[in-house]
Amino acid sequence: MEQQQAYPKLYFYRRIVQAKLFIDQHFAENIELYSIADEAYYSKFHFARKFKEVYQQTPHQYLIFVRLENAMRLLTSGMPVAAVCRAVGFEELSSFSRLFKRKVGINPSAYLRRHRHIQKQIAEAPLTLVPHCFAYQYGWTVKEQFQTNKI
Amino acid sequence: MITRMTHMNIYVLDQDSALDFYTNKLGLKVIIDVPMNKDARWLTVGTPEQPGFEINLTPVHESVLHSKDTVETLRDLVKKGTFGVGIFTCSDIMATYEELKAKGVEFIKPPTKEFYGTEALFKDDSGNWFSLAQLVPVTV
Repeated sequence: MEQQQAYPKLYFYRRIVQAKLFIDQHFAENIELYSIADEAYYSKFHFARKFKEVYQQTPHQYLIFVRLENAMRLLTSGMPVAAVCRAVGFEELSSFSRLFKRKVGINPSAYLRRHRHIQKQIAEAPLTLVPHCFAYQYGWTVKEQFQTNKI
Repeated sequence: MITRMTHMNIYVLDQDSALDFYTNKLGLKVIIDVPMNKDARWLTVGTPEQPGFEINLTPVHESVLHSKDTVETLRDLVKKGTFGVGIFTCSDIMATYEELKAKGVEFIKPPTKEFYGTEALFKDDSGNWFSLAQLVPVTV
C-alpha cells in the first residue's frame, strides 16, 4: 500500500527534476515556460506551481538564477560583459546589468574589474590569498613569513 | 568572541576529479582557484546560497605536516569513508536525491525520516561521507 502511494510521488519528483535539469542545460537558449512544462509533461500553470513547491521559486525565477550564476562564472574567467550577456541568454544588456546588480550588489563591469584584480594577485602573489593555517600544512610557505611567527 | 566559521577542509584524492564532482554533480561553485605548484592548488568551493563559507578541497600530499606514511594512511582513511565530513541541506530532499542520483552520485542510504528531518547519505568521488538533509525547524 505504501509503495503504491510512493510511486506517483516519485514519478512527480522525477518529472520536476527532469525539467530543472533541462533549464540547467539549456539556460542560454531562448526557452519558453511552455517548452519546460512539456519537458515535465505538465500544463504551464500546473508545472509552475509544482516547480515552486519543490524549489521555492518559479521556473522563470530559476532560469534567471541559473543565467546569473553562469554570468558570474564567465566574468570570473575574464570574458567581456557584452559577450557574457549574450552567452547566458539575455537579449538586452540593460536588463542583464539590472538583474545582475540586484543579485550580486555590483554591476557586471565592476564584478569583472574585481576579478581581473584578483587574477593579477593570483599571478603575482598567490600566497597572499591562502590562509596561513592551510598554506603551512601544504608547505606553501615563504620562509620569512614563518620565521618570526613560529607555529 | 568567535562569530563565524568561514573555511572547512575536505581531504580529496584527486583535485581535478573533486572539482568536477563538487561543481558538476553537487552544483557548488568555485570560490577561488589559485595554482600553487605542479601538484596542488588552493581550491575552494561553496554553495550558491551561503556566501562566506568555503570548502577547501585539499589534496593529500606530502608536506611539512604530512610524511609519506601519513599520506598513505590518510588516503586509505579517506577511501574508506572514515571522515564523516558534514551535512548539506536542501529545501526538498526527494528532488535533490533524484537529481544527484541522475548525475551519478553514489548514495549509501536513501532518504529516511529521522526525528530531525529527512536524511540520506552519499559519498563524494574520494570516498568521503556526507549527509544530505531536509531539516525540520527546531525551537530551542
